Amino acid sequence: MTPAIELKDVTKIYRRYSGRQFATLKSALLQRSILRDLSPTETFPALQNVSFAVQPGRTYGIVGRNGSGKSTALKLVAGITKPTTGTVVVRGRVSALIELGAGFHPEISGRENVFINGIMLGLSKREIVRRFDEIVEFAELENFIDAPVKTYSSGMYMRLGFAVAIHVDPDLLLVDEVLAVGDEGFTHKCLDKFAEFRRRGKTILLVTHSLSVVERFCDEAIWLDHGRARAHGDPKRVVDAYLTAVEEGEEALLATTTARAVAAASTPTGGVPLPTSGESAAQAATAASATETGPHGIQDMFLATEGRWGTREVEIARVELVDGQGEPSFLFHSGEPFTVRLVARAVTPVDDFVFGISLFNADGVCCYGTNTYIEQMTPERLAGEVQVTFDVAALDLVDGTYKLDVAVHKRDGYPYDYHRLLYTFRVKSRTHDVGIYRPMHRWSFSGDVRFESPKPGQPD
Amino acid sequence: MFSNLVQLLRYRGLIQSLVARELKARYRGSVLGFLWSFINPLLLLAIYSFIFTTIMPNRVEGVQPYALFMLCGILPWTWFAASLTEAAGSLISGGNLIKKVLFPAEVLPIVSVLANMVHFALALPIVLIFLVIYRHTPDAAGLVWFPVAVVVQLVFTIGLALALSALTVHFRDIRDILANVLMLWFFATPIIYPWSQKEVEPYRQLFNVNPFTHLAVTYQEVLFFPGPVGHWRWLLALGVASIGVFLAGYWLFDRLRDSFAEVV
Repeated sequence: MTPAIELKDVTKIYRRYSGRQFATLKSALLQRSILRDLSPTETFPALQNVSFAVQPGRTYGIVGRNGSGKSTALKLVAGITKPTTGTVVVRGRVSALIELGAGFHPEISGRENVFINGIMLGLSKREIVRRFDEIVEFAELENFIDAPVKTYSSGMYMRLGFAVAIHVDPDLLLVDEVLAVGDEGFTHKCLDKFAEFRRRGKTILLVTHSLSVVERFCDEAIWLDHGRARAHGDPKRVVDAYLTAVEEGEEALLATTTARAVAAASTPTGGVPLPTSGESAAQAATAASATETGPHGIQDMFLATEGRWGTREVEIARVELVDGQGEPSFLFHSGEPFTVRLVARAVTPVDDFVFGISLFNADGVCCYGTNTYIEQMTPERLAGEVQVTFDVAALDLVDGTYKLDVAVHKRDGYPYDYHRLLYTFRVKSRTHDVGIYRPMHRWSFSGDVRFESPKPGQPD
Repeated sequence: MFSNLVQLLRYRGLIQSLVARELKARYRGSVLGFLWSFINPLLLLAIYSFIFTTIMPNRVEGVQPYALFMLCGILPWTWFAASLTEAAGSLISGGNLIKKVLFPAEVLPIVSVLANMVHFALALPIVLIFLVIYRHTPDAAGLVWFPVAVVVQLVFTIGLALALSALTVHFRDIRDILANVLMLWFFATPIIYPWSQKEVEPYRQLFNVNPFTHLAVTYQEVLFFPGPVGHWRWLLALGVASIGVFLAGYWLFDRLRDSFAEVV
């Protein structure tokens, strides 16, 4: 079968027409640089050697981060831009949902806009007349169709734009992130409409960040990364590959965040100044470690800024977060093992020391805090370099970004070395439960209660 | 290029509805609505008439009544100048269409020119009223040249509009430059003074290369001056040149077309 869409070795290079932008036309003329300035000086490859083909009647998804070339690919298929090299072949009438209601004029009524927009999208007047009621009904704008479009809410505006575009009755529908903007009801309506399109054997090219939509709707998918195709084929596999890469990227980002925070806190000017008097030191320690209830019984949130302080008589030289495989990581899955590994060094042997750890979520709420003293470990001796390991068998936290405090101090709070909120890590969870902690749990029912058995292939 | 030109014919319906939209949208919400197309030139005329008949009286022979004389040139000029000004910015203001919809960009400047042509047509009754008031009867045979002049001006204006709109995408300065050039052009064209004035004589060569001279003079000969239209040779020559201008403008537009979606 001949494909409905065929991209062969397509490269699209965007030209930045001279980043300097000549000051005036006059100067361009005087320096006779017009032609030179019009020719590209800086180029930016939006797509590089991308090839794919979509068979008629298939739904094809494009995934990738922002700026990976997804929209460029869509615009090439729509014919809005031309490829720099390579060929784009499209067979059939195309309707592009790139920006809904792009051609609407705010001053004139919805009715008139439907006509003009329809003509822009390639319908004849007669065709629009025939479909007009259907369009208005789909947009749910029966009462407002004669009001100027400028009085519409953004939802109404979009619904009308979508309704017109979808009623062009294309053989090929190009969709760019349309689903991201509507409310729940509208999104469902769109998805229903797409499903109807599929049933009628139309081809759909879908750009979206909603990976579950790709998994559920698409017959095939491609993953673009920095303008190159990284994977294509079965949508589930493509999405998985994409997600893995995203996690790796996230982890790298967390690693740099942490490294930067530690570096900043360890410079002499960075961090919180050393408390001088013993009493305030004790207070700061108590509040910051949040592992014990201080004399005031509440946590002093004014001190809840990231930083590092302490006398360094005992120093925490290294902190490492380790996953179940024993690999250092910044990304953990809920319910999997989690380990904090410290390397501490005592300048001279000490007999009064407490190791503490606490976890904070992104809102600054302490999810959990503990220390060796609370857990009835009475210090006796610490000398030289030691390793401290804090093992969590199952990290039962909900999805989110967390920060970690580690500290070593005296029993009265006198700080040796405090690392306040310096370590960031991310917890991923397949369930989207909420709160600050996930107790081990199980549901059971008695009586006439029944649930559907989970559908195969449905993301949980 | 030529296949694109043929395509242009297919967009008749689109151009038609966009012109209608342009006109509707412009006066939507104003009390007088379409009357403004009529009132605007009338007010302009009142100002010029007051200045040139009362403050600085024009005593040149043969251009009385002066208001009617000036009207013949000023209405087509307004169409021309407003078209170019709007067309120059048309691609930029219609950027959303060019970037987000598969849309023939040349439609935008053409719509600007056509919408202003409608304003021109709506202002023509003023001429009629003045002709009646001053009991001035134009030569019936000469009137056939009126539509010819309109067509020539249309082709000429569209050619310039296409080129200007395409260039303005790259050089936004053109919009400002254009305003000044049009000002100069207005005074360099025999609109508020007659072509026959003896002071014009030494510069006749310069006036001859100004295309709008021939349009203005034709309109004046058709509607104002008695006797047969003597300027038709010039008009036809300009007509041929206008086709050249149109093709050149379209060629330039077509060359730059692919850059619009990226630069706008």
